[in-house]
Amino acid sequence: MEDISEFIKKIEFEIDEIESETINPETKFRELEEWSSMMGLIFIALIDTEYDVTVNGDDLINCVTVQDLYNVVKSKIQ
Amino acid sequence: MGLTSINNINIRAIAACVPKKEESNFDYELLTESEKKLLVKTTGIEKRRVARDGLCTSDMCLESAEQIIKEFNINKEEIDVLIFVSQTLDYFLPATSIILQDRLGLSKNTVAFDIVLGCSGYVYGLSVISGLMSNGNFKKGLLLVGDKSTFSLSKEDKSTYPLFGDVGTATYIEYDPNASPIDFNLQSDGSGYEAIIIPDGGTRSPWTEETDKVIEIEKGVKRNKRNLWLDGIEVFNFSLREAAPNIRELLEYNNTTTDDYDYFVFHQANKLMNESIRKKLKLPAEKVPYSLQDYGNTSSGSIPLTMVTQLGGKIENKSNIILSAFGVGLSWGAAAIKNANIKCLPLIEMD
Repeated sequence: MEDISEFIKKIEFEIDEIESETINPETKFRELEEWSSMMGLIFIALIDTEYDVTVNGDDLINCVTVQDLYNVVKSKIQ
Repeated sequence: MGLTSINNINIRAIAACVPKKEESNFDYELLTESEKKLLVKTTGIEKRRVARDGLCTSDMCLESAEQIIKEFNINKEEIDVLIFVSQTLDYFLPATSIILQDRLGLSKNTVAFDIVLGCSGYVYGLSVISGLMSNGNFKKGLLLVGDKSTFSLSKEDKSTYPLFGDVGTATYIEYDPNASPIDFNLQSDGSGYEAIIIPDGGTRSPWTEETDKVIEIEKGVKRNKRNLWLDGIEVFNFSLREAAPNIRELLEYNNTTTDDYDYFVFHQANKLMNESIRKKLKLPAEKVPYSLQDYGNTSSGSIPLTMVTQLGGKIENKSNIILSAFGVGLSWGAAAIKNANIKCLPLIEMD
């Protein structure tokens, strides 16, 4: 899997009103001003389309930071 | 295997009826301005039709059926089969289809029964009526499909209220030995039954004093156990996982490819989900029509409503069409219709 900086670029691209380079691996995504439960669906669709991996509700609940989410995706690819 | 092929069935016409009353998600007070924008961007749903008190699914289906009967000048005595597919029935019992037999003035020889399915209901209903009529004993049939989903929604639940709209549709089916076979791939997974559920009111969990107690799940999400409960993420994942492989299996079964089809009509769930499925199947956008921007998720009626509002006049000359539906149950399926000449009648609105 590509490194986390590419992953972050894709996430930033999906969030319309966010300045690029706002997100880093330690960002707690639920604390972003733009966060809402619908953003969860956007992340799931993005990950499904880009990496062909399914992140379920429990996976998402257990993730706090962007790094956590990246790790989940990476572990599912392997 | 849920794969099957049914001969001798000609889908002649589709009609749809929606309530006149329209609500816009931009007017929904529980959402902030940025949430509204995100909702419309993600779900694609801007407006919905909401049936007033007293206007039932069966009333809208009846109007649609009457429109077809008039347009094709059908002798009511000749209608052999009437199937009503809905999760919003007139009564617990008797079956709504039987009441509709009388209201439509059909003969007492009519075979009439209900099928209780939601999102997947149109594809399932089509398979049942086709199977029933395939051997030629029954020549003409009506498939009435729709839901008044707004009946069970909590207005204070921002995770469901802005999504659903109401519709009642009718599809006219004829026995025709020259028709191309219709192929189906039907599936179900009851382990996901809680993903979309109205918890109380059946025999498993009857109404009690607890039923009407409002539960606050999170800010902006208040509902009781008469209301529809929706686990958005689970349903989303289910649809992403199952819809595309279900269609691929069907195409393998009937030896066709996506290029052989003119249109892919998906259950109108939400735009992000449907677009993800479209991309998985590598379908061009112009082959995938949408009605959800104007009508929301219209449950089992979403496929015929989309055909009526988006494909009028476009599928009357040997069109090949895939229908794909997925949702509550969990239940899902697809149908491949070849050489279709389907007349989509103008949309009806009802006060």
